[in-house]
Amino acid sequence: MFDISPTEWTAIQLSLRVATVATLVATPLGIAVAWLLARREFWGKSVADAVIHLPLVLPPVVTGYLLLLTFGRRGLVGAWLADHLGIVFAFRWTGAALACGIMSFPLLVRPIRLSIEAVDQRLEQAAGTLGAAPWRVFLTVTLPLALPGVVGGMVLGFAKAIGEFGATITFVSNIPGETQTISSAIYSLIQTPDGDTAALRLVVVSILIAMAALMASEWFARRATQRLHGN
Amino acid sequence: MLQVDVSKQLGEFSIEASFASEGRVTGLFGASGAGKTSLINIIAGLLRPDRGIITIDGETLDDTAAHIHVPVHRRRIGYVFQDARLFPHLDVRQNLDYGRRMNRLAEDPAARKRVIDLLDIGNLMDRRPGRLSGGERHRVALGRALLSQPRLLLLDEPLGSLDEQRKEEILPYLVRLRDEAGIPMVYVSHDAPEMRQLATRIVMLRRGRVAAFGGTEVLPLAASPA
Repeated sequence: MFDISPTEWTAIQLSLRVATVATLVATPLGIAVAWLLARREFWGKSVADAVIHLPLVLPPVVTGYLLLLTFGRRGLVGAWLADHLGIVFAFRWTGAALACGIMSFPLLVRPIRLSIEAVDQRLEQAAGTLGAAPWRVFLTVTLPLALPGVVGGMVLGFAKAIGEFGATITFVSNIPGETQTISSAIYSLIQTPDGDTAALRLVVVSILIAMAALMASEWFARRATQRLHGN
Repeated sequence: MLQVDVSKQLGEFSIEASFASEGRVTGLFGASGAGKTSLINIIAGLLRPDRGIITIDGETLDDTAAHIHVPVHRRRIGYVFQDARLFPHLDVRQNLDYGRRMNRLAEDPAARKRVIDLLDIGNLMDRRPGRLSGGERHRVALGRALLSQPRLLLLDEPLGSLDEQRKEEILPYLVRLRDEAGIPMVYVSHDAPEMRQLATRIVMLRRGRVAAFGGTEVLPLAASPA
């Protein structure tokens, strides 16, 4: 039962790589977007907010198909990226990371936004009177105080990215060794006559990964909160 | 020399204030709601005046006619808030060093020691703000503002949120600060006896207007203003 096959290992490693890259690339962007939504008023803000949340409510297959149309080899952006920068997303693990990043983006942004909104702006004013330019106020006051939310958002985003299935399989298919993540491997195994035991193994693995991520974030958030509340 | 001639509409309330003060401690005196905090927020650059000018020692910080508005972080005006506003994620030492780091000032251990001794906060350095008493917090906030080497220090009712006993604890430090630190101050309060002890010039505010200007003799004899 616990004899994990090479193909399964590949799927596990790929899932971890895809979710890690998706989370690490999406986090700085997510922090910037969260800050804009929390602290700035601009024209079209509610539309921007809706677009960011769209992957949460659209059928994942729709998001995947839109990605294929946009970032596919013949897609508007995909063709340009391939011709000019040599970056190809279609049917590559990088495409899986892109799909996971977009699908998990709303879950990543939300806790960060809430924690930035909760930072006392009077502290930011105080930092300004002490000579800190706005970007340094952000780096030395706002961001450290919002850290529990940033970690929370990263864990939620990572967990979503690990589990992403619909958009990924639509956009980059289910190619063992390239785009076959844990989710798509389980899907393939269930459809194979003798795949039940192997599928079950991967189910256990994904439960373990999810548990580990949640416990790590819980531990980190507790520590960060202690640190922030001045003891 | 601090020169202020500004007007600002804030909802139903408006401020129209004009004064020039050369005193070491300029007291902004008035009842709550007279516009004292709004006025020093304008001086600090946290609020932008609708019209007018602010200059310190001839340097223009605001001049609406010339479209000049020096942003808050470039004014070098220290501000001690009524609620201290220490950074909760930094210990006392880091709070004190914050202004020096942000202004990229060289370390000056002698000046730092002077301020720490003046305020008696040397034993608090490794504590976080959550572990300080109200009075200690105010002393650290005062030290933090001083160590950013401001050319003007704004104090917004630094004793306002403290009980009588704590007031007695802080007041001597403020008097020493006035006599030893050599930084001009604008001191906001609604407490006449407190003003009499600290201020050298008084700007009396009433409903956003300067009602009187002069020495401490313009203060009312009763403990609180009308």
